[in-house]
Amino acid sequence: MSMIHVNTKVNGDEAEFLCDPRETLLDVLRDQLNLTGSKEGCGTGDCGACSVTLDGRLVCSCLVLAVEAEGHEIGTVEGIAEGETLHPLQQKFIEYAALQCGICTPGILVAAKSLLEKNPDPTESEVRYWLAGNLCRCTGYDKIIRAVMDTAKDMREAS
Amino acid sequence: MRYHTPDNFDEASALAAQASGTTRFLAGGTDVLVQLRSDIVTPDDLIDIKHIPGVREITNEDHGGWRIGVAVSGAEMTEHPRLELDWPGVVEAMDLIGSTQVQGRATLVGNLCNGSPAADAVPALAAAGAHVTVVGPNGSREIAVEDVPTGPGKTCLEKGEVISALHLPRRGHAAGDAYLRFIPRTEMDIAVVGAAINLRLDGDTITEARVALGAVAPTVRLVPKAGAALIGSTLDEAALDKLARAARAACNPIDDRRGTIKFRTKVAGVLAQRAAKIAYARAKGDRK
Ligand SMILES: Cc1cc2nc3c(=O)[nH]c(=O)nc-3n(C[C@H](O)[C@H](O)[C@H](O)COP(=O)(O)OP(=O)(O)OC[C@H]3O[C@@H](n4cnc5c(N)ncnc54)[C@H](O)[C@@H]3O)c2cc1C
Ligand code: FES
Ligand code: FES
Repeated sequence: MSMIHVNTKVNGDEAEFLCDPRETLLDVLRDQLNLTGSKEGCGTGDCGACSVTLDGRLVCSCLVLAVEAEGHEIGTVEGIAEGETLHPLQQKFIEYAALQCGICTPGILVAAKSLLEKNPDPTESEVRYWLAGNLCRCTGYDKIIRAVMDTAKDMREAS
Repeated sequence: MRYHTPDNFDEASALAAQASGTTRFLAGGTDVLVQLRSDIVTPDDLIDIKHIPGVREITNEDHGGWRIGVAVSGAEMTEHPRLELDWPGVVEAMDLIGSTQVQGRATLVGNLCNGSPAADAVPALAAAGAHVTVVGPNGSREIAVEDVPTGPGKTCLEKGEVISALHLPRRGHAAGDAYLRFIPRTEMDIAVVGAAINLRLDGDTITEARVALGAVAPTVRLVPKAGAALIGSTLDEAALDKLARAARAACNPIDDRRGTIKFRTKVAGVLAQRAAKIAYARAKGDRK
């Protein structure tokens, strides 16, 4: 099986790797680039634990082949904080205890951040629909939704 | 698995024509990758069509119709400022597919060529009168959307044929379309029944109507008799009743725990009526 050489950008930094064409972007992020924040919950697009952005668009990295990353820009949960400073969403998730086991959290943070960039003032139903592809088996969602709504409010007031 | 990135459709077609094993085209990958990951289909040749120029474009053509590139995602259709004004039913059907993440990748043509009887965008496209341009070893041809699927997971495309674009006709005046599906949940589920209606009015009277149903037969079905039931009417009770009867008569669904034959057949009539009311209101200028 011939390996393919891929050049891409991850969280703003140039990255390159060799992969088998069957490998997913999620496999490569975790196993080769050591970015283990993105999780594999299902591997079939149902749970959202692997959410990343591809050229700014929210996608499941388990449904993107690693070879497809060539020439594109990937954003993962590792790129959300600025150095030691947590993103407002991350702070709110801690404050609201919007996580328990934490498997869903990286995907939800990436997805929520992409929502707030597109729509800084979402209604509760808009947040719930946007995050419908991010499953959480622990929290019952309420704390997650409230944390996102409250972050949106803070970010609007700050800007 | 060999991964190819042709930069035109002739090359894509030639690659598929020469391939000896299992071949798939890669658009958004939301069906291809799921099948690959679950070991249902591992292609020997995977032909990524996203490097072909123009595949991400939505173009308003000279005659007023729309050309939708084969890599345009659901999200890009929803965000388009004008497409939804012309074809709200097609856009809402596509928008029902999967989550925000799936919307970032899934395409109309992938939905069509995956061949699921429950594919959500396909009834809306068939009702709209959409067609696809196909490039193959013997040149190119145009095929109506309703003629593409031939059975669950099967299409009429021959070896080496690839779809190069999807076309929606000119919308014209006093017309509207709508798509509704029934699912047991509120989001993220597969249609138990889907119904699409596209109609045109002259005053209050319906002059043209196309009705298509999903998930009630081995393929998405255009139901000419259901369309005929509406023509000449003002969508009065008698016409709605005839519509539901024609829609139910076209059903030949599977029986499973998500929906019995009786339930799917009944719901097909109900959804066709509801979608007809929405399409009618839209044709009257209601844009909600
Ligand atoms: C979590 C999840 C939820 C989903 N929910 C729904 C839903 O609610 N409703 C629904 O209908 N579907 C649903 N789907 C299925 C899927 O998202 C859709 O069918 C989607 O439209 C497929 O498009 P794609 O671009 O991803 O196709 P791909 O996976 O890239 O391709 C699908 C098929 O089309 C063929 N193909 C692609 N492009 C061409 C071309 N140009 N010419 C010839 N053949 C081509 C491929 O060879 C392949 O066989 C869901 C999938 C997931 C993972
Ligand atoms: S691991 Fe990708 S959606 Fe579940
Ligand atoms: S915190 Fe455990 S799945 Fe969400």
